[in-house]
Parts: sequence; C-alpha cells; structure tokens
Amino acid sequence: MAPAKKRNVSSVKTAEKSAKKAKVDLSKTVERILESRKHANDVFDILESLQAEQEKEVISAVAACSELFCALLERKELFLGKLPGEEDALSGGYSAEDKYRIFMRHRYTSCVEILLEHLSHEQYDIKESAMCCLMKFAAGEGLHPLEDLDWSEHYSFPRELIQALVDNLLSKATDNSLLISRFQEFLEMEDVRYYVMSSIRDNVGKVMDKSKGAVVPVYQNNVFTLMSSISMPNQESELTNFMVKQEGFLNAIRSSATQEHKRVFERMWLGFLKYKLPNSMYKKVLVILHDSILPYMSKPTLMIDFLTAAYEIGGAISLLALNGLFVLIHQHNLDYPDFYKKLYNLLEPSVFHVKYRARFFHLANVFLSSSHLPVYLVAAFAKRLARLALTAPPTALLIVLPFIYNLIRRHPSCRVLIHKPSAEDEPFEDPYLTDEEDPAQCRALESSLWEIKSLQKHYHPDVAKAALLINTPLSEQEDDISETLEVTTYELMEKDLKQPEIKSVPLEFETATRLLKGGGDVLGQHFCLA
Amino acid sequence: MGKAPKKRSLADKVRKTKTTSEIKNNPFEVKINRKKFDVLGRKSKHDVGLPGVSRSKAVNKRKETLLKEYKQKNRCSKFIDRRFGEYDTKMAPEDKILQRFTMERQRVHEKKDVYNLNEEEELTHYGQSLAEMEKFNDVVNSDDESEEKGLLSAELTASHFGGGGGLLRKKALGEEEEGGQRAKSRQELIEELIQKSKQEKRERQVQREEAQELTEKLDQDWKNIQSLMVKKTPKADKQEEKPKLEEYDMMVRELGFEMKAQPSEKMKTPEELAKEEREKLQKLEADRLRRMMGEEVVEGAQSQIHFSADDLNDGFVLDKHDKKTLAYQEGSGEDDGHSDLESEQESENEEEEEASPKPKKTLSKEEVKAQQEAAKAELPYTFAAPESYNDLKDMLRGHTSDNQRLIVARTQKSNHPSLAVGNKLKLQKLFGFLLEYIGELATRSPPELSTIDKLIPEVYALCQMFPDAACKAMQSILGDAAHSMEETLEVKGHAAFPTLDMLIYLKVTALLFPTSDFRHPVTTPALLFISQALTKCPVRSLQDLTSGLVLCSLGVEYVSFSKRFLPELINFLVGTLHLAVQDKASLGYIVVPPFRASGKYSDLLVLSSSESCRSWSKKSLPLSATQQLDLENNPDRDTHRLTCLSTCLDLVKRCCLLYKDLPSFTHIFQPIRTLLSKHLSTQTLPLQELSSEIVEAISSMPVTQSALVFDKRKPIPLKLLTPKIVEVLDYGKKRGSTREEREKERLKHKYKREFKGALREIRKDSRFLAREKLNEVMNRDAERKRKVKELMGSLATQEGEWKSLKRKKK
Repeated sequence: MAPAKKRNVSSVKTAEKSAKKAKVDLSKTVERILESRKHANDVFDILESLQAEQEKEVISAVAACSELFCALLERKELFLGKLPGEEDALSGGYSAEDKYRIFMRHRYTSCVEILLEHLSHEQYDIKESAMCCLMKFAAGEGLHPLEDLDWSEHYSFPRELIQALVDNLLSKATDNSLLISRFQEFLEMEDVRYYVMSSIRDNVGKVMDKSKGAVVPVYQNNVFTLMSSISMPNQESELTNFMVKQEGFLNAIRSSATQEHKRVFERMWLGFLKYKLPNSMYKKVLVILHDSILPYMSKPTLMIDFLTAAYEIGGAISLLALNGLFVLIHQHNLDYPDFYKKLYNLLEPSVFHVKYRARFFHLANVFLSSSHLPVYLVAAFAKRLARLALTAPPTALLIVLPFIYNLIRRHPSCRVLIHKPSAEDEPFEDPYLTDEEDPAQCRALESSLWEIKSLQKHYHPDVAKAALLINTPLSEQEDDISETLEVTTYELMEKDLKQPEIKSVPLEFETATRLLKGGGDVLGQHFCLA
Repeated sequence: MGKAPKKRSLADKVRKTKTTSEIKNNPFEVKINRKKFDVLGRKSKHDVGLPGVSRSKAVNKRKETLLKEYKQKNRCSKFIDRRFGEYDTKMAPEDKILQRFTMERQRVHEKKDVYNLNEEEELTHYGQSLAEMEKFNDVVNSDDESEEKGLLSAELTASHFGGGGGLLRKKALGEEEEGGQRAKSRQELIEELIQKSKQEKRERQVQREEAQELTEKLDQDWKNIQSLMVKKTPKADKQEEKPKLEEYDMMVRELGFEMKAQPSEKMKTPEELAKEEREKLQKLEADRLRRMMGEEVVEGAQSQIHFSADDLNDGFVLDKHDKKTLAYQEGSGEDDGHSDLESEQESENEEEEEASPKPKKTLSKEEVKAQQEAAKAELPYTFAAPESYNDLKDMLRGHTSDNQRLIVARTQKSNHPSLAVGNKLKLQKLFGFLLEYIGELATRSPPELSTIDKLIPEVYALCQMFPDAACKAMQSILGDAAHSMEETLEVKGHAAFPTLDMLIYLKVTALLFPTSDFRHPVTTPALLFISQALTKCPVRSLQDLTSGLVLCSLGVEYVSFSKRFLPELINFLVGTLHLAVQDKASLGYIVVPPFRASGKYSDLLVLSSSESCRSWSKKSLPLSATQQLDLENNPDRDTHRLTCLSTCLDLVKRCCLLYKDLPSFTHIFQPIRTLLSKHLSTQTLPLQELSSEIVEAISSMPVTQSALVFDKRKPIPLKLLTPKIVEVLDYGKKRGSTREEREKERLKHKYKREFKGALREIRKDSRFLAREKLNEVMNRDAERKRKVKELMGSLATQEGEWKSLKRKKK
C-alpha cells in the first residue's frame, strides 16, 4: 500500500511540471468537492479530464480521482448496499443525503470503469497509474465495504474489483508483461494473491472455452507472466502481509491458509495447462516447473498428464519435461514405462546445441548414475553419445567425454568399449546400429568407441587431451561434470586469452606478403579481394 | 735409576749407527706380536714391532719439543734462528749458499719499484749501452733530414744500423781512448756531438743558400729562354733536376709511410643501421622541405668550387656537373631496397626531370612553382609515430594504397626502437592502430581490401618486432568480438555472422601466428571463434552463406597443416549442401544446428532454373559478397549459388583429404555421402565431377577397424631380492642397532682409545721430564763435587807446599 502511494505521488509530481495548471485546478476541484456538497457536480470535470487525450492530464486526473474517492470511501459518503439506478434514486423516496451518496456511488462506478478501460491504454504511464489507483480503491473498499454486511460476516474483499482488474490485465491483444511485473508488488499480499489466483482461473476458463481450445499466444503469454510472477509462501508463519484485515481473511477461507493457497495455486495452473499451448510456452512452463510450480502443488502427481504430453512432443521440450518427470519419479514414486528407451531416443545432434544442454546433461547424469542399469543400456548410451560427439562443439565435448568416462567407470563391464584385447588383430566394421531405437538391439557392446579416438585429433587442446584418456586405463575417481556443464565458448576462449604471462609468443615464420596467401591458399582460390 | 738411562742412551747410539735393515734382521730388536687366531684375508700392519726404534724415535721427538719447551720455561725472550737451512743437515753447503743468495735477491727485488730496471744493470746491445744510444738518436733526429742527400754520415748509419755502427764507433772511440786519455765522460761525449752537428748544420745552410741563389738565377735564365721553347713541360725538367734518391732510402721512407694495419670500419649493429637509415630519411626529408620552399639546391652547390684531394690542379674538369654526386639521389637510390619500387621510380623520374633543366641556371617562376608542387606531392621521408588512431587515419588519408604502405614503412623506420627510448611503445601502439585501421578499411563500403593487402607486409614486420604486443592486440580484438557474440547469444540464442573486418582479422591472425600449434594464445581462440560462428549463426541469406564459406575456408586453412578435426566445419558443409537439396522429404541424414531440416531459409541454394547451369563457369567470389550482395535477377542469383556450391564441394574434398586418417572417417562423412549420392545427383558438369570424386573418395576408405585397446604399458618389473648392504664399522659389535647408534658407538670407542693414548703419552712425557730433571741435578752435583775436589786438591797442594817450606826452614 505504502509504496503504491509513493509511486502515485511521484508520478503526479512529474506531471506537475508541465501541466501545473490543470493539476492545480483538479486538486482545487477535489478540495472543493470534499469541502461542501454544493460543488458535487464538479466531479464531472474530473471524470472528463480522466478521458482526455493528453497523458499528463489523464495522470493528474487519475491522482485526483484516487484522492477524492478514497476520501469519500473513508467518510462513508458512498452509497452502501445494492445500488439503485440513477433515475430510481431521483424518483424513489430517498433522503437528500442518500441521493447524494447514490450520485457519488454512480460517479465512483463510472470512474472505476474508465480506469479499467485505461488498463489497455497505449501509454504505459497511464496504465500504471490507473492500476495503482484501482488497487487503492480495492484497499479502500476492503476497509470500508460498499456492501451491506451481515452481522455475522465481518469480512469482505472487493472480489469484483479484483476480478475486473485481472480480466483487463490479461489482455488478448497486447503484451502486458511490464504492467504485470508492476502488479507483482501487490501480489506480495496474501489476500490479494489468493483472490487474484482464483480470478485467473475463472478468467482462463472463460477465455479458453470461448476460443475452443485454439492457441491464443498473446493472452496465454500474459497469463503465464502473471502466474509466474506469483511467488508462493513457504510456511504459514510467513502469511503476514495483508491488504485487508488478517483475521477476516483467515476466517473467510476457513482452513489452513497455506493449504488453501496451494489448492488454489494448483487449480490455477492445471486450469491453464489443460489447454493447448504454443511450443514456446511449453518451454517457458517447463523451465520453471520443477522449482516454482511443483513444490507448491498439493498433489504434484496431477501434473503427470501434462508432463507426459510434453515428453512426447520431442526435441527441446522433451528435454525440459525430463526435469519435471525426474521430480515426479524421484519424489512421488511415479512409474514411467520405457523411460530409458525414450531418453535414449532423445539423444540427437541437436542435444549439444540447445540452450538447455547443461540441464539435460545434469539430469542424464542423475538418471544414469544408478548402478542397477543393465550393461547393454549403458553401453548403448555411451556409444550413442560418442557418435553424436562427432558433431558437437568443444564446450559440449568437454561435457560428453567425461560423461562417457563416468559411465564406463560406473559399469566396469563397459570397459570393452575402449579396451577389447580379444578382438585386437582382426579389423571389423562398426556393428553399432545408429538408427535402431531400442538400446537393447543396437549392438553397442560389440563396438568400440572409435569416435573418441578420432577426437584425439580435435582442434581444441582441452578436448584432445580429454580424448587421450582412453589410451590408458581410466582412473578410479569419477570426473565431476557439474563444473563443465555451464562453460561457454567465450569462457573457454578466455582460458587462452587471459593467460597471465606468456614467455614468448610463437610467430609465423613464413613471411606474409599478401592477404590471401598462406595456409594452403584455400581462401585465395575461392575468393578475391573486391 | 742412574744406570738405566745411560744404558739406553748407549743402545740408542749403537742403533743410530745401524741401518734399518740391520735392525730389522736383528732378532733382539724385533718383537713379534702374537696373533690369537688367523683371519683369512686380513693384513695386519703390526705383526712385527721394533720397540727400540720406536722408543728412540719418541725420545728424540721429545728432546726436540718437550725438552726445548722445558728449557724455555720461565724465560721471556727467546732466540729464533731464521737462517735458511741452518739446521738442515741434509742440505749441501753449496745449495745452502745458493738458496740464501736467491732469497736475498728476491727480497731486494720485491722492495724496489717493479718497473724500474736495475740501475746498476745496464742494458746493452753489442756492448753499447742502450741508454746511451737513445741519447745519440735524439741528436740525429734534430737534424733536418730532408737536407742531407745521399751522404752517409755517421749519425745516419747509426740510425740505420743501430748498434752496428755504434759498435764500430765505440771500438774506434775505445782505440782513441786507449791512445789518449782514458774514458771520456758521457757529458763530454754529448757536448762534442752537439757541437759537431751544429757545425754540420751551419755548413748545410750555407750550401742551401747558395743553391737557392743558383736556382733563382737559373729560373731567371729559363724564363728568358722559355718563350723560345715551344713544348716542354717544366715538370720533366724538374724531375731530371732532382738528384736521384737512393733506392734504399726511398724504400726506408716508403716503409715509414706504409699503411700500418689500421682498424677498419666495424660491422654496423642493427641500431647503427637503423640510425643511419633514419638519418638518411631525415636528410631526404630536409632536402625535400628545402625544395618545397623553392630554394635551388644545385645553385648553391655550384657557387662554391670544390677541389678534391686528388685534384691535379691543372684545370681539367671531367664534366660540367656530375649530378650523380648529389646526395639526394644517392639516398633515393638506396632507399629502393626497402620501399615500393614504383613510387620510388616515380620520384626518381621526377628528380631527373627536375635536374635536366638545370643548365638554364635560373628557373622561371612557373617552374619553381611546379617544383614546389612536385615536392609537396612527394611523400615525406620521416613520420612521427601516431599517438592515437585518429593520427594514423589523418596520416594515411588521401593516399594511394601503395603510398599508405610506404608511409607505414617509413614511420616504422624513423621510429626504430633503438633510436629513442619511447619508440618501442610507439611502434607497439602503431601495430594496434594498424589493426584497427585494417578493420575500418574492411568495414567501409566498398571495402578497401587491396589497401589491406598492401599493408600486410608492414603488419607482419611489426608483429615480428613485437610479438608480445601483437599477441595482446590480436587477443583483445578476438576477445571483444567473442564477447559481443556471447552476449547476443545469451539474449537472442543466435547471432549474426561476423562482419568482414572480423573475417579479415581471422585471416591476418593466420598470417601472423602459427595455426598448427597445439595450443597458441591467439590461434586457439581464433579457431574457437570460427567454430562458434559456424555453430551459432543461422544462415538466412546468400550473404550469410558466403560469410560461412569464408569461415569454412579459414577453418580449412587453420587446420590444413595440423590436420586437426574441426567438427563444426563438416557440420556447416553438410548444412550448405542440404540447402541445395530440392526435395527435403525422406532425408537419410541429420542436419546439425544452425541448419534446419526444413524451414524458411532451407532452400537458399536451390536453383531457380536448371538452365543456368549451362552458362555457369567458376569464378572467384568477391569477399565483399559477405557484406552486401545485390543480385536482382534469378540467373545472377543462380550463378552465385553455383559458385557457392562449387566452393563448398571443393572444401568438402579438401576435408576428405585432411581427415582420411581419422578412425571414424566414414561416420563423419556419412551424411555428405548420402547427400551427394542420393539427393544432389543432377547438377552441372564440373560439380558433377567434383561430387563423384568426393563420393568415390569417401567410399574407397576402409570401413573396418580393429577394436580399441589400451596402450601397451611397460611390464612392471619383478621384485628383486638383493641383499641389504650394511656398512660394517666395528666387528664383533652389535650390528642390529641403527646407524646413529652405531656411529655413536664407534665415536665412543675412538674417544676411549684416543684418551688412553693421550694418557700414555702424558705419562711418558712426565717420565721423560723427570729423567731430564734428575739428569740436570746429577750433572750439577757432579760438577760441584768436581769443583770441591779441585778446590780441596789445590788447598791440599797449598798446604803441602806450605808444610814442605816450613820443613825446609827448619
């Protein structure tokens, strides 16, 4: 609440300089209205400038509105309970006081409507101030409910207002990620978060049903941004930050606050994920799935459908789904048939080129660390990885080679891959079947890792050195691949670039005469200076 | 007690007279040390002892040492006899004298000045004192030598023959002296000589005056007759006039003037050479400046007439003016060796043109102006090293590429590190600026690659001078490029192909540094950069593809010598070939990123019409095609595509050759084989040939391999059971103890033995001393007894005499 206010003040301040006059006018108007009911009609001026063209004017009008209506809410000068129509109010037997209240309440509703419209304005500043103003109203309404309360129910949260806000935030046309990240600070508050989550669920259901399952990228992106900006509390004790009264909220949800939170959270995500998603969205969801979604779900196993679907898609998405699956298998006893076969088939040249390479190899390392795996499977993995290494960049090779060595170390019977003294003399064709999908049938154990032998001639010294290890029996100690997982090409380069002191730099002794000469004249043969 | 020593001394005396062999053979002298048991192989020194001998030895020794000390006891002063060999009985007296004499001489010699010859020792030559001779010489030298003509004076002979004459004269003198009074003193001799020479001199002077008069007279006469004579050089006359010098004298003089071995000019050090070079350039620069100001250089040179040392002064001049001797042209001619021929020739021509109208003496105004212009257009010869990149740019702006090269070369020369302290840093900076300049040239549109081409030798030369700085500069360029690429990769996941300047840098790197090193601070990162670019930059246009092919070519060049495996290269070539495949369905191979099996840009190399194949012929691709390529119509584009394809195929072929030794050759080239044999079979003729060649090369490689085994290790040697060797120090003692203990034990034992020995010696010493004391006392007593006896005797005789006298009286 407090930061919002500050922000508001500051935005007003910036507007002040250019549109001082309008601002002064507006604040005077607000003062007048608040002073005496004679000037009640001036509120129309404010509403008018709220719809003005100029950004500055609108912003100052928003500020004026928030000041005015917050004050009115506090004074309880807005009509409580079910609002009669304006004509009815005039004709009906209301007192002058009531009439005034009804009038103001109507102005308030129209102001809220305008502000909600402003949420999809082109100008970010307007959007932001409108949102902040609405949140202020929400806080005000929470403290001074506009509903007639039963004596038993002491708690009321402006659900409608929040729902409307969320509906407008999750625009189908524009990308609201900036605004949503601004909104994140309100999500710190437990009750707001709770109600926002349930509003999201309602909204997603409505919208997606309307689109009949088709992909709505912008909307889904907005939803995802909003949902991923929700950070769940870890413990009950942390539930301290509330917009409206704490006890009321806890009473309202009537059970353990954390449990309830988790339930709502889970329902929200499931509601979102059950519809078809664009591929990029799959990746985004899967990236955060294992550490910001699964732990906060009351029943993580419900995610299994989504994860299997993602795993079936193939490519990078499958790699990412692996992580979620791992959590489920590891912590929730999920039984996944043909898991290793699928993992084996995930190994493609692109594995070394995708962004999530480090994550994949980390998980693959975990999956293959079991000592109860059959030898044929481990050999198949090793051979497959070696084959793929022929197309891998050096950074990947520095992961893969120790990875293969670790496999062989863990399963000593795989040593035949690099040491087969029985068949030393007679040369034979590589029996390994590249296209075989079943690791059991691929005859990897009959083969040797000639690929690593080839990599001994790799251009990068580190890779060549790593590949040279197969010439001698491997050491007992496993290599720690976690260090090399995140190494980038630039870091690899820096190793040579940032060498402290080189004694003497070797130089080319062939005198350079022309640009395109030298090095076998490959460049000179195909290209000319022009 | 008194008896025993006497005996012993007697025995000693006896022993002394005997030889050792006699003693040894005497059974009474020998004591046999009985051995308790024989130990095989042990030789004992002490099986036979000579107690008498050793005792007498010990006594003698004590007499010399202990007895002396005893006698000196309680005495403050002592007498030391230092005469050489005084107590040495073995020395012959003659030897002693000789030795003493030499010692005496040495002592005297050392004390005096080393450089002074002994005064009493006069050095002589044939009996004549050298000192004297020197003095005579002086007198001779004072004579005017040129005057004496052919006369053989005594002095002359003395100077010529040194002692020889002297000897003669001395003899003569001696004879005289023998005749007259004996031995004139030296003083007198000198005075006599001086007088003599003075007299001679006077005589000669008179003679000369006479001759002069005569010649003058002759000249006068000659002048009178000269008009009558038509041709006759006076020189010939003169020569005839001169009395013929004696051959010998001439020779002597010649020898005097003959060149002695003079130090020749030493070899120039590089610094000196550089200095000379700079001086030359500076001189040229000054010259140029002067001409630019409009001064006529040659005019000034003409006004002062210069005579050479060899001038005969006969008014003969070879030519009007020999231009070749002008310094400037010499300089420019020499400069050719270092700088570009063409421009130099130009400047020389210019020079010639300039020089040719010289006979006109004064130039018209226009001509002067033209000359100034020409001088301005000509390059300066010295350049200050640029302090910043902009300085360099200003320096090179507006010059042709040849001239730019010249400028850089001259800057480098005039700022050679050996000329001034800061030059090294300046040139190191220059290298960085040059690299930057090259980059800028490459980024211009159109890129000025020919200029870069010209600058390459200079860059190379600078790099050779400062490898470290060059390495740093190159590294920073590579590092920056890689860093920016890494950043874009992190944001976008892919990056654009490196621009032309980066491609040029990579090529320059290969030119400056060896690419075949296993690990090199520059080329290894450069190779990594190439591989990074080939894997992370998606091909989206024909320009991109051209860039990629340039990178591939660079990659092939980098590994061409070392034959290292560059997987990214193969990946990219496969991807490029894939771009040319028309039907992307049912592929038998996998395309590696950045290429995709199908997509928006996967048909880049598919020809628009098959007809274009026929008109196509292979041409080199311009490097600028990596930056911008405007091909409007389809035939043009097709030509470019075909050229790219042929380049790609050629690279594939080269790769085949490079990697044919790799064990996984077939697997590496499997996709290329499938592509070429199944998907790209219909192409133009040259490409067809190339591709079939490649397919053949791939399929001809052996598919079979022998299984991997570990390297054979050296067998671990068996454990050898050699005995443990322990040093035995004391037999019969505990041997099980440690080394330290044994050592301690040994030392203890030694100490004990020494202690006992010392005790024994001390006892013997005291016994000896006691004996001596006793001897002394006994000797004293005996003396006293004798004296008393004597006194008593004399008293008795006195008494007796007295008594006898008394008796007589009675």
